[in-house]
Amino acid sequence: MPAHILEQNREQGTMNPVTMKDKKTFKLDGKAIEFEDGDTIMDAALRAGEYIPHLCHNPEFTPHGSCRVCIVNVDCKQVSACTQPAIENSEVDNSSDEIMANRRALLQMLFVEGNHICPGCEKSGACQLQAVAYYCNMLSSHFTHFFPQRSVDASHPDTAIDFNRCILCELCVRASRDVDHKNIFAIDGRGINSHLVINSSSGKLGDSAFTASDKAAHVCPVGAILPKHKGYEKPIGERLYDKQPVSIVGDVAAYEQDEDC
Amino acid sequence: MSTDLETASNPENLERIVIEPVTRVEGHGKVTLLQDKNKHIRQARLHIVEFRGFEKFIQGRPYWELPVLVQRLCGICPVSHHLVAAKATDMLVGARQLTPTAEKIRRLMHFGQTLQSHALHFFHLCSPDLLFGFDDEVRHRNIVGVIEDHPEIAKQGVLLRKYGQEVIRLTAGKRIHGTGAIPGGVNKSLSHEEVDYLMKDIDQIIAWSIDAVALIKRIFSEHYDYHMAFATIDSNMLSLVGSDGAFDIYHGDLRARDKNGNTIFDHADYTKYNEYIKEGVKNWSYMKFPFIDAIGAENGWYRVGPLARINNCDFIGTPLAEKERIEFMAAGNGKPVQSALAYHWARLIELLHCAESIKDLLQDADISGSELINKGEMQNTGIGVIEAPRGTLFHHYEIDKDGIVTRANLIVSTTNNNQAMNESIRQVASQYLDGNQLTEPLLNQIVVAIRAYDPCLSCATHAMGKMPLEICLVDEDDKLVDRLEKRATGSITRTI
Ligand code: SF4
Ligand code: FES
Repeated sequence: MPAHILEQNREQGTMNPVTMKDKKTFKLDGKAIEFEDGDTIMDAALRAGEYIPHLCHNPEFTPHGSCRVCIVNVDCKQVSACTQPAIENSEVDNSSDEIMANRRALLQMLFVEGNHICPGCEKSGACQLQAVAYYCNMLSSHFTHFFPQRSVDASHPDTAIDFNRCILCELCVRASRDVDHKNIFAIDGRGINSHLVINSSSGKLGDSAFTASDKAAHVCPVGAILPKHKGYEKPIGERLYDKQPVSIVGDVAAYEQDEDC
Repeated sequence: MSTDLETASNPENLERIVIEPVTRVEGHGKVTLLQDKNKHIRQARLHIVEFRGFEKFIQGRPYWELPVLVQRLCGICPVSHHLVAAKATDMLVGARQLTPTAEKIRRLMHFGQTLQSHALHFFHLCSPDLLFGFDDEVRHRNIVGVIEDHPEIAKQGVLLRKYGQEVIRLTAGKRIHGTGAIPGGVNKSLSHEEVDYLMKDIDQIIAWSIDAVALIKRIFSEHYDYHMAFATIDSNMLSLVGSDGAFDIYHGDLRARDKNGNTIFDHADYTKYNEYIKEGVKNWSYMKFPFIDAIGAENGWYRVGPLARINNCDFIGTPLAEKERIEFMAAGNGKPVQSALAYHWARLIELLHCAESIKDLLQDADISGSELINKGEMQNTGIGVIEAPRGTLFHHYEIDKDGIVTRANLIVSTTNNNQAMNESIRQVASQYLDGNQLTEPLLNQIVVAIRAYDPCLSCATHAMGKMPLEICLVDEDDKLVDRLEKRATGSITRTI
């Protein structure tokens, strides 16, 4: 969600005592949040302009609940805010030390499972994984790096996929299936062997029906799906998350269509 | 060109002395000396870690990442790798000519980098040897000693370096490992505030650079003959020069001259570097030994860096540095100046040129222009050459039709100087160490000779003056006979 909408929501989200009577609410870190039937905690929080860290969630798509970075504590139970329906009068903890520590551990695992070499990555400064890790105060990878052997698919003329950086959020899968109606991406394998695959005879992006104008080209929260022949064009200091944290700026995908971040 | 001490005929009967690590240079190096029973030096070799791993590592990566990826080779002169890779990628994207803004921003970044690198090398790493003498007490012969005895000089060193880093920060986005240069251009120019900020101190920087040249000339003249003779070897010299023969560290053609200053080749197109330069291998070192093909492996080795550049160019385009160049060249009496310690002198003339050039560029309106990138038709081969602070640096990439790097070849400055450094330590070993019981001051002379080249022995950087030094005497069966150890605190112990 872009910053101005978050901001707008934040203002409108301030409770009005008259309407509040009829609306259902829950408490997010002690603050009343309105919700409607069918809302998840994430939906209601975003609408109210409250930030819950997330990676695989994008309000344009059906929730997926895979990254677990959005975990919150609801009445002493840890659930993912993007899939958990809001419950009236519940107490939701989005910021305790315990929740933040768990998020950090989840992020650290994401970092060590792939090859996320921020210093050399063209997405650095505009990467949601990096930005969420900063927000959650992750200072090191902590766990031993897996250094998996993964490749780069640059067979498509306009777009490259660096599998080293994929966090298996399935946003490209959902975008290609639900918006582009092309079904170009899927996750194959199980557990630690899960990996992104491409629907083409050779398994290469260049042989698929993918085009750079597909929705799937503009939803990746990390530097896995990137336009070719460019990188680092935004100077350090002017990149998406250089000036303000992800909690204010919002998702990288919301900026993708306007310009390359 | 002597290679007498490269390989001893009967090494099994000799004592082996190891200087490891070589201190006050960038990274790790090791010197081994073989000494016979009469204390004669029979073999001297400098061993250096090579960068081959990096060439492998970037295979399979997209070419547009190269300028940012490869600068990780080095924590001391990342800007050189950043810029030379950017030049190679310019060729890949068919940018034959950069926009004036892009070219000048890159030059400014390079002057900033060279200024800070030269200041670091001279003031932090070498001034202790030069101000106090090579045999000064080890405890005192370091930057802390300089700060105590010559606070003004130490302060100038720190501030010159800081200024260079600020130039880098404003052109590349960060003081180290920035992103300023991208294929076909740059990602930012300087705002007027940034120009004003840098202009504020530039006259002081030029003044200190003048003082630095005066200081090295004073040091040189105090023991002129000794300084001119120490570690001196007659060598060929290689560098870039501008199309008009001008001193140029960012772009130009290759020029090689022999020990008498006669031309070996001139205005050679650097994209054809492998027609002129070949890389030899020796069984005792992982590092390659490049040589000028026309002369051959035996005598075709050459020197690069400040000494080669000042000797090779026809003139320097800024007045103060040009005046110093003329005085420097007079010391050669019509021939190239070959003294290894003259590297320091040449380096500080370059420091002055950088300071003058930064001022010129800051006064040029193009530096704030908005046309940043230029691209043409894609090519599969990209070759960039630049004069890094330590000398000529080659980056060569091949990419496939998808833009993925299939092959990389890097010849770094220190590799170019590999044979020359070996020759210099052999000269020192035979002249000053031969026949003597080895002591720390004597061994330091070897290291002083290496330091003159400002080698970047690996991509690592190390805290100054904290690096331990270990000197081992080993007999023919590799049994330890004697061991001197310098601790990080500066204390020295004999552990056998
Ligand atoms: S490529 Fe990007 S969008 Fe697709 S699953 Fe991987 S991280 Fe998610
Ligand atoms: S954002 Fe909720 S699980 Fe990923």
